[in-house]
Amino acid sequence: MNFIDRRQNPKGKSLPNRQRLLRRLKGQVRQAVAKSIAGRKVTEVDADQTVPVPVEGIGEPTFRRGARGAHDFVLPGNRKYVKGDRIAKPEGGAGGGREGAESGSGEDEFTFSLSRDEFLDIFFEDLELPHMVKRRLKEAESSTPSRAGYTTAGSPQALDVLRTMRNGLARRLALHRPRQTELDELLDAQAAAEAAGDIETAQRLTAEVEALRRRWRAVPWIDPVDVRYRRFEHRPIPIAQAVMFCLMDVSGSMNEHMKDLAKRFFMLLYLFLTRRYEAVDIIFIRHTHEAQEVDEETFFGSRETGGTVVSSALDAAIRIMHERYPLDAWNIYVAQASDGDNLVSDRSRVSEAMTEFLLPACQYFAYLEVDDTPGDDHDHRHFASELWRAYEELLRPDVPLALRRATAAGQIFGVFRELFAREGVS
Amino acid sequence: MPLLYQGSDWTFERLKKAHDAIAEIALGELGLDIYPPQIEVITSEQMLDAYASIGLPILYRHWSFGKRFARDQTLYRKGYQGLAYEIVINSDPCICYIMEENSMTMQALVLAHAAYGHNHFFKNNHLFRQWTDAKGILDYLGFARDYVAHCEERHGIEAVERVLDAAHALQAQGINRYARRPRRSLAEELARQKERQSYAETTWNPLWSTVPGLDPAVELGGKDAGRLQEEGAPQIELPEENLLYFLEKNSPVLHGWQREILRIVRMLAQYFYPQRQTKLMNEGCATFVHYEIMSRLHERGMIDDGSFLEFLHAHTAVAQQPDFADPRYSGMNPYALGFAIMKDIQRVCTAPTEEDGAWFPDFAGSGDAMATLREAWADYRDESFLLQFLGPKVIRDFRMIRLRDRADEPYFEVTAIHDDQGYRRIRAALAAEYDCGRTDPDLHVASVDLLGDRKLVLEHRLQDDQRLDPATLTKTLRFVRELWGYPVSMREVDAATGKELPSGVTELS
Repeated sequence: MNFIDRRQNPKGKSLPNRQRLLRRLKGQVRQAVAKSIAGRKVTEVDADQTVPVPVEGIGEPTFRRGARGAHDFVLPGNRKYVKGDRIAKPEGGAGGGREGAESGSGEDEFTFSLSRDEFLDIFFEDLELPHMVKRRLKEAESSTPSRAGYTTAGSPQALDVLRTMRNGLARRLALHRPRQTELDELLDAQAAAEAAGDIETAQRLTAEVEALRRRWRAVPWIDPVDVRYRRFEHRPIPIAQAVMFCLMDVSGSMNEHMKDLAKRFFMLLYLFLTRRYEAVDIIFIRHTHEAQEVDEETFFGSRETGGTVVSSALDAAIRIMHERYPLDAWNIYVAQASDGDNLVSDRSRVSEAMTEFLLPACQYFAYLEVDDTPGDDHDHRHFASELWRAYEELLRPDVPLALRRATAAGQIFGVFRELFAREGVS
Repeated sequence: MPLLYQGSDWTFERLKKAHDAIAEIALGELGLDIYPPQIEVITSEQMLDAYASIGLPILYRHWSFGKRFARDQTLYRKGYQGLAYEIVINSDPCICYIMEENSMTMQALVLAHAAYGHNHFFKNNHLFRQWTDAKGILDYLGFARDYVAHCEERHGIEAVERVLDAAHALQAQGINRYARRPRRSLAEELARQKERQSYAETTWNPLWSTVPGLDPAVELGGKDAGRLQEEGAPQIELPEENLLYFLEKNSPVLHGWQREILRIVRMLAQYFYPQRQTKLMNEGCATFVHYEIMSRLHERGMIDDGSFLEFLHAHTAVAQQPDFADPRYSGMNPYALGFAIMKDIQRVCTAPTEEDGAWFPDFAGSGDAMATLREAWADYRDESFLLQFLGPKVIRDFRMIRLRDRADEPYFEVTAIHDDQGYRRIRAALAAEYDCGRTDPDLHVASVDLLGDRKLVLEHRLQDDQRLDPATLTKTLRFVRELWGYPVSMREVDAATGKELPSGVTELS
């Protein structure tokens, strides 16, 4: 007889099977993730929400027998029938309900859920993030080891010599460990007594020396009870706060595809910021020819008409910064998504807002110019847009400004490349 | 006798104590003969893992197991499906998984049920003895997992997946239904070895010696063609009902590793085949054993009344048979029917009625119920067990009814009920339902055109008029096509007349 406790065995034994299933269901999984992105808020991008994935189209066919012909079968629980009675067949088919169901298509369709990690994986895959970046963003919390007192056990390199020696000294004092000088004195005295021929004294001194030596051995210089190690605890990275401004052009020229790109772009920045900062505020500013601070639903949901004046949004951001986010307490990030349209007459005001205030104040200013998939009838996109040209003039190596044009989710990451590079991942 | 335990919490000490008491009754009094049990305590998540890998502790990787896991997990989380209290594996030592959530009484029940009941059945039933190798299975599973993983590394996950998909589809056709050839003597083995060596020296595959589409008589000259047919014939033995075996040995397009994978799938299908044939008996045996043991423990005062009531509650939940009109009805419950028949055997042995004397003259009143039961467990499978041991009392208790279903009639006709005229007819019909030979389609490789276009012809012989399900026929046939590499077709013929059925040929070129 043999009892084995397997409860501590590593979990997730069938994880590789699950990965193979997800690979098999790739189409459905991507669809489910896209649907989920559309449905969640920017701040919920890595929340523990379940993503239902329908399982279909991956049946396991076998040679099986179809509808049964003539046959006899036995049922239990007959209460009233006698031989020769006739029982009407149940509605919806011959052969009895159960058998009918069994010989159906046999493709068991059901829905299961993606975990947070699996969701992020697919989300990142669409964004084509470099591996190091993926790992950074998936880490639930970054932490740093910090000193937390002393412990009696530890690794040799964590040995605290000073504390150990101090403990040793206290112990030696308390237990009266003889000093070397004491011993030397006695030995000298004993030698002197022997030389003097005072045998009685010499014997007494010899006994004393012996006693002293015994004590000396019994109370060692360093005892295991003295040893102390430095203890470390992993603490989250120091508290800091950041605010993220999401600026988006909501004029009629922004279609659903562009808005989806913009949303993923904001989500990615948000993920990055939540990994770095303890608290992240998020401000949504939409604009046409005038800007408005709105909540997230209105931000992505509504459609406005009107011209496009980008400086209005920049001014709004600056105003909010002044009012609520003093520069000495907040790290400021700005993410702007637009199709690039702007009034030509607005260019000087945009440049001024950027150079005078925004760029010096920001940690990072990312501008994503979203566009329809290439191949569409958009010839005018081949040359730079008005807004792009305005920003391009501001580009300098020391300016925290990044521009990027994206027609697909995979191109978004480019706009953050520098930001992540600064973090030591490239 | 002192109580083995009190309360519902279990500890390893209590488990050990309970196990020892159970072992004493099982081995000493019931005379069971078992593989040494190995009890492994697992969590519910690990139980889901075990479900996903068809109950095996080690298994190669495939998406279908992930799918099974996802489905079971979803059902479990939503509360549609409970988990089994245990899983037991036909291996030596006999591995039983028991869940940590079980109460102490449930653990005792599960030990008696799985570690003694199923275990005895695995070790003694002739089908398991003949077809499965309990000692080798764990090693083989380890080998299979490593081999498949190795192939994935070398050939890519997708290539391996393609073979596994196809092999899984044909699993049910990967079984030998008839006895193995007898073991060869040493002399025969040596002769065979020699023969194999000489074969290796002159090895050639007749399939490769022609180019498809050409007339072999022209290609090789009439004389050679004759020789080819002659020499090709003994290699491919037809008809062959083990389709996976046939493809593994004869497919012209498979690589060595692909053949090995087919073999692995085939071996596992074979390993599970006895379980399919003895579901009723196996569960009946285990249920009977746990009932007997737990009752005796209670009689002796080794478990208290509370625990015994908890046991009875679990027992009746498992071994109840809802009526066919009941919404909970989902077919005949193997636990209930198996247990009822075995209890009936016990009754016939110890307290027979006049009727029993007429029905079971061999053992009525023999007094030694366990001897009769042990013999039944060893020598029968579901179908023959029902034919031999299903008596009038159980038929009455279950109030069984035999119905006739004809496609052209809008009703079922009652052809027998539980009366003197009906017992035998009900028994025959019920036994037939448990005959795997009738419920599985009868498929075999009928012919293969080696000299022509290498077309492989499969045949489905119909005992009644139940054709193959057209929804999956073509899809499955596509897998055969992939493994064979050349055109395949499926003919459906009437077993009695040998005639092809209308539109009974499905071809894939």
